[in-house]
Amino acid sequence: MQRLGYRRDALIEALHATQDAFGYIDDEALRYIGKALAIPPSTVYGVATFYSYFTLQPRGEHTCVVCTGTACYINGALPILARIQESLGIAPGETTADRKLSLLTGRCFGACSLAPAAIVDGRFEDHVDGEELATRLRAL
Amino acid sequence: MSETATPGGDGASQRRPVEDTHPAVSAGLSAYVCEAVSCLSRSSHEVLTKLGTQIAERGPSRVEVKRVGCLRLCAEGPLVHVPQSGQMFSRVRPDELAPILEALTAGPQHAASTTQREFFERQVPIATENSGRIDPESLDDYLDAGGYAALGRAIRTMTPGEVRDEITTSGLRGRGGAGYPTGLKWNTVAKATGTPRYVICNADEGDPGAFMDRNILESDPHRVLEGMAIAAYAVGASAGYVYCRGEYPLVVARVRKAIRDATRRDYLGATIMDTKFSFEVDVRLGAGAYVCGEETALIASIEGGRGSPVPRPPYPAVSGLYDRPTLINNVETFANVPPIIRNGGDWFASIGTAGSRGTKVFALAGRVVNTGLVEVPMGTTLRAIVFDIGGGIVDGREFKAIQTGGPAGGCIPAEFLDMPVEYESLTKIGSMMGSGGMIVMDDTSCMVDLARFFMDFMREESCGKCVPCRVGTTQLHVLLTRITSGLASTADLVTLERLAGMVQRTSLCGLGQGAPNPVFSTLRYFRSEYLAHIEERRCPAGVCEMAPEAVSA
Repeated sequence: MQRLGYRRDALIEALHATQDAFGYIDDEALRYIGKALAIPPSTVYGVATFYSYFTLQPRGEHTCVVCTGTACYINGALPILARIQESLGIAPGETTADRKLSLLTGRCFGACSLAPAAIVDGRFEDHVDGEELATRLRAL
Repeated sequence: MSETATPGGDGASQRRPVEDTHPAVSAGLSAYVCEAVSCLSRSSHEVLTKLGTQIAERGPSRVEVKRVGCLRLCAEGPLVHVPQSGQMFSRVRPDELAPILEALTAGPQHAASTTQREFFERQVPIATENSGRIDPESLDDYLDAGGYAALGRAIRTMTPGEVRDEITTSGLRGRGGAGYPTGLKWNTVAKATGTPRYVICNADEGDPGAFMDRNILESDPHRVLEGMAIAAYAVGASAGYVYCRGEYPLVVARVRKAIRDATRRDYLGATIMDTKFSFEVDVRLGAGAYVCGEETALIASIEGGRGSPVPRPPYPAVSGLYDRPTLINNVETFANVPPIIRNGGDWFASIGTAGSRGTKVFALAGRVVNTGLVEVPMGTTLRAIVFDIGGGIVDGREFKAIQTGGPAGGCIPAEFLDMPVEYESLTKIGSMMGSGGMIVMDDTSCMVDLARFFMDFMREESCGKCVPCRVGTTQLHVLLTRITSGLASTADLVTLERLAGMVQRTSLCGLGQGAPNPVFSTLRYFRSEYLAHIEERRCPAGVCEMAPEAVSA
């Protein structure tokens, strides 16, 4: 925010910085950013929820993002997702009860030659096998 | 591991439209290791480190092991290229580096595998000419390859009007999808009143299945910055932004580093190359909103707000960022600018077809053997792209359709395989050029299910501002789901077509207007599949699961 001179257009950059640092953006952070940039809390909340990249909930210790972009979709992303959901008992967007793992979906990471792809804790997985990945995720 | 000849290695180099000006790598030998995202995810960095260590230990001496951008044949990664011997090593494993060491010792060989020769032979790299040849994080490497010379030439020897004329002569059209003539756009911004003016690079590559812009920025970020600086000079802008997808961390890091390096050495920033011309560039991050690829939404997002589009006119060229004249071009458009200034507009116009000049970068993905980055002259046929370059369909299955233009594009059936790829020809058959994603489908894909998939995408990505798009995409998705579950009647099909037409005509921005396109194109070419779902409750591709009981509407 300081870098951009506390202008209103620093809002998205500030939300990115917060999420990078804490993994998610809580109410306190939203209020703080709004105050610093002189933007009403409703607008801050509106922007934070408009963009799917921002999360207002803490994520689990590990994250698994299954790509459901076109190339992954036609290479069987949905059965993979279904297998993981079944194995972990959580739907996309949810975190396991022990806060170990969050399951997410993404719309194309631009790595279509790896299809079907997933990102586990920031690492790309190519030609994912649903059964194998589900087993590994359970072991995390 | 296989080893073969590559673009620089044999016949392919003669097909390049301009003489290869890239300076030969000094007297020593070199190994280029691809560090773009696809190869990186398959441990190419480990390959690079180990190769460096083993060469240091065992020789040969004077070998440069270099990180480079995308070597294009992503399907075969990780890739290592030895330019002196013309060999491309594919599927390299960090613990099996002996063949590369041998190649570095042995010297030139031309054991070309047909796969790789066919993949590279028909390609004409212009926007991607440095991709896989220079270290994307090194400004010196870019300068050695002739980088920033076009910018120097433009600001020292040409007037802004002359630069715009050169772009107009080249016939370059927007590579982001719509194909608006770039020269015309630049002239509109230049004639608009108000300062400061802005140049924005749209790097919010949102189409699923598209990764051209990602690879260009990961492989050669300085080229895009140089293109932006030339544009800024031509339209009288003093500040610019690269609006980049937040999901591409490697791109963001490389572009930020490139801006820092270039600014430090006076290729960007104040008084560029000791002239009066100044141009400051900064990066702005997108945050996962597809609609932000639409230019008015993109501007709203850079201003820190929700990415909701506003009706045009006024066009951003007249009143854009902070209500000032703003030039917005796509990554690939900017990447084409330096070579046009270097070689002249006439040179560029001599490539491609009458209505579509130059080359286009396509991201080839889906059920095709050689997935990867492909740059070919406009007018190349789909068959050449899918079968010659792409190596045909995985497992020798039957080609069914190719999807171009992203979620707002269309599916092209086999009967049009021999059609040349141009802006107009694609629009005529109900698809569009789009940003350049090409997804190949075989008989394992159900076209109705695919239409439903794209509608689901659009439904989620609709910003919700206008009713036709917000409600229409949801209702279209409901109808398509009924069809794929075998619950639809023929009346539903009529409703589907009517509603799709209404969403197309009445939506506010390109997202809603384009959303029904996959429905139209699949209905046009694959109506029988719709009918099979409705009348026989059967999915010809065996993808859709039919609901147990037919509950007719």
